[in-house]
Amino acid sequence: MSTIDPLLVVRNLSKTFRPRGGRVRRGATVQAVSDVSFDIARGETFSIVGESGCGKSTTARCVTRIVEPTAGSIRFDGHELVGLSYHDLQPLRQRFQMVFQDPMASLNPRQRVRDIIGEPLRVRGDERDSIRDRVHEVAGQVQLRTDDLDRYPHQFSGGQRQRIGIARALALQPELLVLDEPVSALDVSIQAQIVRLLRQLRDEMGLAYLLIAHDLAVVRHLSQRVAVMYLGTIVETGSAADVYERSLHPYTQALLSAAPIADPDIERLRERIVLTGDVPSPLDPPSGCRFRTRCWKATAECTDVVPPLTDLGDGHHVACHHPEPVNVIIGRRPIAPDEHSAERTSLA
Amino acid sequence: MSDGRAPLLSLRGLTVDFTVSGGVLHAVRGIDLDLHRGEVVAVVGESGSGKSTAMLAAMGLQAPNATVGGQALLDGTDLVSLPPAALRAVRGRRVAMIFQDPMTSLNPVLSIGRQLSEALLVHRPMPKRAAHDRARELLELVAIPHAAERLHNYPHELSGGMRQRVMIAMAMANDPDVLIADEPTTALDVTIQAQILEVLSRLRRERDLGVIVVTHDLGVVAGIADTVHVMYAGSVVEHGDVRSVFYAPDHPYTRGLLACSPRLDSADDDLAPIPGSPPVLTELPAGCAFAPRCAHAADRCLTERPMLRRGRATQSACLLIPTTNEQELR
Repeated sequence: MSTIDPLLVVRNLSKTFRPRGGRVRRGATVQAVSDVSFDIARGETFSIVGESGCGKSTTARCVTRIVEPTAGSIRFDGHELVGLSYHDLQPLRQRFQMVFQDPMASLNPRQRVRDIIGEPLRVRGDERDSIRDRVHEVAGQVQLRTDDLDRYPHQFSGGQRQRIGIARALALQPELLVLDEPVSALDVSIQAQIVRLLRQLRDEMGLAYLLIAHDLAVVRHLSQRVAVMYLGTIVETGSAADVYERSLHPYTQALLSAAPIADPDIERLRERIVLTGDVPSPLDPPSGCRFRTRCWKATAECTDVVPPLTDLGDGHHVACHHPEPVNVIIGRRPIAPDEHSAERTSLA
Repeated sequence: MSDGRAPLLSLRGLTVDFTVSGGVLHAVRGIDLDLHRGEVVAVVGESGSGKSTAMLAAMGLQAPNATVGGQALLDGTDLVSLPPAALRAVRGRRVAMIFQDPMTSLNPVLSIGRQLSEALLVHRPMPKRAAHDRARELLELVAIPHAAERLHNYPHELSGGMRQRVMIAMAMANDPDVLIADEPTTALDVTIQAQILEVLSRLRRERDLGVIVVTHDLGVVAGIADTVHVMYAGSVVEHGDVRSVFYAPDHPYTRGLLACSPRLDSADDDLAPIPGSPPVLTELPAGCAFAPRCAHAADRCLTERPMLRRGRATQSACLLIPTTNEQELR
């Protein structure tokens, strides 16, 4: 889990919510995120995948302190963020910015694009001329036209709106972007445009990304390292190649095997692990391993002992008492061994 | 799949126009589609391509400001011109539908059992007790555990996947011939999606059901469909059997769609986005609707509207595709 030059270090992050109303016993809490730890290196894309309610978005929100963590530590470039006052957080916050899923909901409909993108600069107290120049510069970087700047968000398509959201996040020249489902509201043809843009920006500016997504294919195309979350905990993490092609955790395997591939022959040949039942309630997560109630490998040990996230080599961590590497994706193109090692060294 | 049998459901030149303040919006511009028994036909396209509108209109479920043209023939009976009472007798009995969001399709204040019984009793009168028993069987059909207890549950007490199973159970209540599934798994997580798709495949197999799946997800199409219709701006731009559409597509839009979909099984860098965005339906170009985004567009693509023609292995609506001799293909 340790990276050479970590920009972001998250340790033992937990977030619990107290549900209001409903038939919930007194004092019950929703354990949205439980004891999550990860690092992100400069210029690296680290993704968290998982299904609805697994805590991936809450983790992202804790990192940017939109949501106050209940416990744990978040260090950005050596500075502890947890416990910082709003005032003290301000200078650091410029260095990590967030892009949201639904650009229509996160862009002020009554502001012109120019003012939306310039807002963070204005908050920082920049001069009017320098704001104008910077707005033009970032608009160019996300491939918006100059005459788009005087229009309003509703005059744009979903993809263009997401470009505006990205431009706003880039205005302050951050080092880390936290991307919460940045393409999931978009159609495939538009999604590819934004994925390509995110890759370009990362390569040109050396940006680090914390990407939250449920689309496993998109995550694979953007990430160097991936973590899989289930019911508030990280069950597996490692390089994208390790997690996708040598997955160790039964949940990762089920998730990957359930995600469809747009290829009829492969799709009909693949063996699918179909999980029974639904995710248990985070109000009352199972003892021991949280996945055990749906796991085909579960034993008594899984009920009694919480499996720790353990490094099984090359930073490939798994939290399972019965890990076993399986490639559940029958690939169209098997990746050659030398490409693997190349990927590994570029990570180190 | 077709092997000469008459189709169960057949759309012929189906059109849907909406009267809006800015004029007329051509949402569906003449589509043809055949569905046979035991066959899964996928209608795939992006938002606004008209895929859902077309299927709703075929069932007489269009909005009040819509005008529907063409035919939707079920065993020779045209549903488009059928009077409302006759249509109600068909809908839910011979043709059933399920929708994307089961929470908005289920009544929140009635128990699951009550809603399932209602679906049964609308079409065939029977004692309440019998309806109750049949409702339990239906829940068992879609693999809901503890079916008898579930009948007393209300929709909010069930998970998204369970609710969608209930919707499928309700659709199957009167043993229909045709099931139209409009984005049936879009609101669900992948592991739950896999469960629902398995239920649909099993029903098709066991009941010889004809299924139309409307979806934007090419992965779902690859896994479940026999034939595929790709829609763009209200028209079918390409159709054929699933392998031909995925492995030998002719239309630049189909090719573009496949080339820009990231794949789980490769981390290749070559995602090729389709530039621009789909046309506004009130301002459709005169020629090919895809021409403004097409890398191959020639002058005549801007003026001449392409019709579906036979290409290498599929039918596609592109002026630039050389037609293949029918004989060569066989």
